[in-house]
Amino acid sequence: MEINVKSIGQVTVVEISGDIDSNTAPQAQEQVLPLVQPESKILLDMSGVEYMSSAGLRVLLSMYRQIARQNGGIVLVGLGEEIKDTMSVTGFLNFFTTRDTVDEGLQALS
Amino acid sequence: MERIERIDIHPTHTHGEFKLRAGRPLPFGATQMEGGVNFSISSRHASTCTLVLFKKRQSEPMAEIPFPDEFRIGNVFAIVVFGLDYEGIEYGFRMEGPYDPREGHRFDPTKILLDPYAKVIGGRDAWGTEVNWNDIYQHRGRIVFDDFDWGSDRPLEIPTEDLIIYEAHVRGFTRHASSGVKHSGTFAAIREKIPYLKELGVNCIELMPIFEFDEFENSRTHPETGELLLNYWGYSQVGFFAPKAAYAATGKFSMQVDELKALIQDLHNNGIEVFLDVVFNHTAEGNENGPTISFRGIDNQSYYMLTKEGYYYNFSGTGNTLNCNNPMVRNMVLDCLRYWAAEYHIDGFRFDLASILGRDPWGAPLSNPPLLENLAFDPILSKCKLIAEAWDAGGLYQVGSFPSYGRWAEWNGKYRDAIRKFLKGDMGLVGEMAQRIQGSPDLYWWRGPTASINFITAHDGFTLADLVSYNQKHNEANGENNNDGGNDNDSWNCGWEGPTDDPEINTLRCRQLKNAVAILMVSQGVPMILMGDEIARTQQGNNNAYCHDSELSWMDWTLLKSNADLFRFFKNCIAFRKVHAVLRNRTHLRNQDYVESGYPDISWHGVRAWQPDWSGTSRTLAFMLCGKHANNGKTQDNYIYVVMNMYWEAQMFELPGLPPGMQWHVSTNTIAPPPEDIWEPGREPLVKDQQQFLVGPRSVVVLVGK
Repeated sequence: MEINVKSIGQVTVVEISGDIDSNTAPQAQEQVLPLVQPESKILLDMSGVEYMSSAGLRVLLSMYRQIARQNGGIVLVGLGEEIKDTMSVTGFLNFFTTRDTVDEGLQALS
Repeated sequence: MERIERIDIHPTHTHGEFKLRAGRPLPFGATQMEGGVNFSISSRHASTCTLVLFKKRQSEPMAEIPFPDEFRIGNVFAIVVFGLDYEGIEYGFRMEGPYDPREGHRFDPTKILLDPYAKVIGGRDAWGTEVNWNDIYQHRGRIVFDDFDWGSDRPLEIPTEDLIIYEAHVRGFTRHASSGVKHSGTFAAIREKIPYLKELGVNCIELMPIFEFDEFENSRTHPETGELLLNYWGYSQVGFFAPKAAYAATGKFSMQVDELKALIQDLHNNGIEVFLDVVFNHTAEGNENGPTISFRGIDNQSYYMLTKEGYYYNFSGTGNTLNCNNPMVRNMVLDCLRYWAAEYHIDGFRFDLASILGRDPWGAPLSNPPLLENLAFDPILSKCKLIAEAWDAGGLYQVGSFPSYGRWAEWNGKYRDAIRKFLKGDMGLVGEMAQRIQGSPDLYWWRGPTASINFITAHDGFTLADLVSYNQKHNEANGENNNDGGNDNDSWNCGWEGPTDDPEINTLRCRQLKNAVAILMVSQGVPMILMGDEIARTQQGNNNAYCHDSELSWMDWTLLKSNADLFRFFKNCIAFRKVHAVLRNRTHLRNQDYVESGYPDISWHGVRAWQPDWSGTSRTLAFMLCGKHANNGKTQDNYIYVVMNMYWEAQMFELPGLPPGMQWHVSTNTIAPPPEDIWEPGREPLVKDQQQFLVGPRSVVVLVGK
């Protein structure tokens, strides 16, 4: 799993690639959670993620809760069909705004 | 604020590469904790215990860690293993102890045993996938994530008298190709069908067993048809704390816990409660010839009811009987139900063969069974509905006398039997019908009508469509020479056994279906309908379809179109019940006028108003509910008049007079062709002749006075 972070305007764009499972989830959490600041806007580009385990889903929800607590916003972009379906079936998708592309994601956060 | 590090995150022992420390005895099972997993298991008779760890789906263990003696407190072995991959491991136990069947001991350290408290169980992750019978560990404990984000959800606490229960099989509900869902046969698919349930109007779904079971238990090939027969219903539990993985679209990812919780949350959001059919009377281990999965190898003498010779009592009809009133087992059952209520937000439980739960460890019925009392007074379960199937396979029949502690309701088998007989025109039933329609005060006089779960059909026995199409069961497809399944069906085929083109017979059958649901929905108590009855689902006369994972038992959604009139009838019957509080009293009717309305709360009638025919040859009964008595006079409702004519000829019924200014309107008339057989509540047309009403042969009429 790899994580790249960049800023586009006010938005922190986090690109994740690889699998997020119990082996990589702690690392993802360690790198991503500190990005959450008061009123921060985070775009999570997941187009490079092929599989997310239960632990991976929990990293996402932890982010959501932290961001919500600090009045920020989060958008998930580029979810693969299977991941999106898994998130929907397990209820995790309910928490998130999703968009197909980074541009649409940026728009949703603006 | 920075926290000070706990000191119990540090290992004190090692075993090979594994770092350990003494665990906590409670909670039982495998629990995630900082840096590791706490494993805890009890056995009264084991001398040693070994934790067996696997990498997920591997054939050989990756480690076997004997519990150091100092890790045992009392009869509980508890250990923390640090650095485990929560998602990547499976665990089990080996136990050493005496092998002495006469004394009830069957320890076998060659077997790897499933944790009775396992919250996730792997091994049958996708339904019907070929099993590797050489696998040394068939049903594998896994570590649960139990941190689901429920938001503001909690059990709905719908008043019992307002419930309308829909009994469904998770897989059968959407497995049929016509269901049109994405993940057919799963929890996720039920979520897709929530709009259907809402349109029908039910506010509670009761799921047939969803605890992990093995669909391949006693699987066999039918000698003539070659059909693979499975344990489709699942009334045989491998573990009591884990949802069936193969019922989840995400079972292959071990996400069944989250998927089921998401379903329950969504059902709650739509005003629908969730009941579970729970089977604590026996386990999947069968008798002495069955497999050793868990309980038998952990503490056979404690978990099972045994004869003096050490054989298994068989009050369940399935080979063994769980020893529910052994104090340790009792605690497990309580822990289990608390877990489902607290962690899954379950609204109610229906207990399969519940009379077994009232037997002592030697099988004798107890007058004050501690388990039933515990469940009735438990603080976590205190708003859960508790429903007993108040009989067992050992001959105990307790309908009306199940120890209730003011909390337990019952599947009212006497309601089912009386309505069925009355429907087919048997004589001598009007007296009993009066009791059943009032919520069976003869059975539940101090418990109230909500103790009575009224049903005409359930998973056991004919579907409603088959009840009016077959005189005899037709269970040949079960491969037991038609010997299985009940023989006392009280069914009537309306003149021809099975499907027919005869329009007269088909019209009568359709009317009988409507008569049945109309009576069910105007009865005091809690109505329950069986999945698919609203669209005339058939099992081709099979009254025991437990082994058929096929179109025989699945709900065929094309029937929704072909039987649209019946669906509409069901829907409006349910809507009518929901609108009229006078049909949903919490306390029994008194047959008196106690609000000075000039009418008793319920009054009885025949072809002449105020003159019911209670004679032994009578096949008709009419009753009027006084709207001013609804909810003990606290709610104002319309007057309701119901006529049931199960005689084969039409009869003119004189109508009782209403208070000045009110008139009778027709809600239901089952002889009338659709759409005039039933009207949406509020749109009932005026009855032209307010003095009398011609009630057709074998018909039910419901009038509203307003």
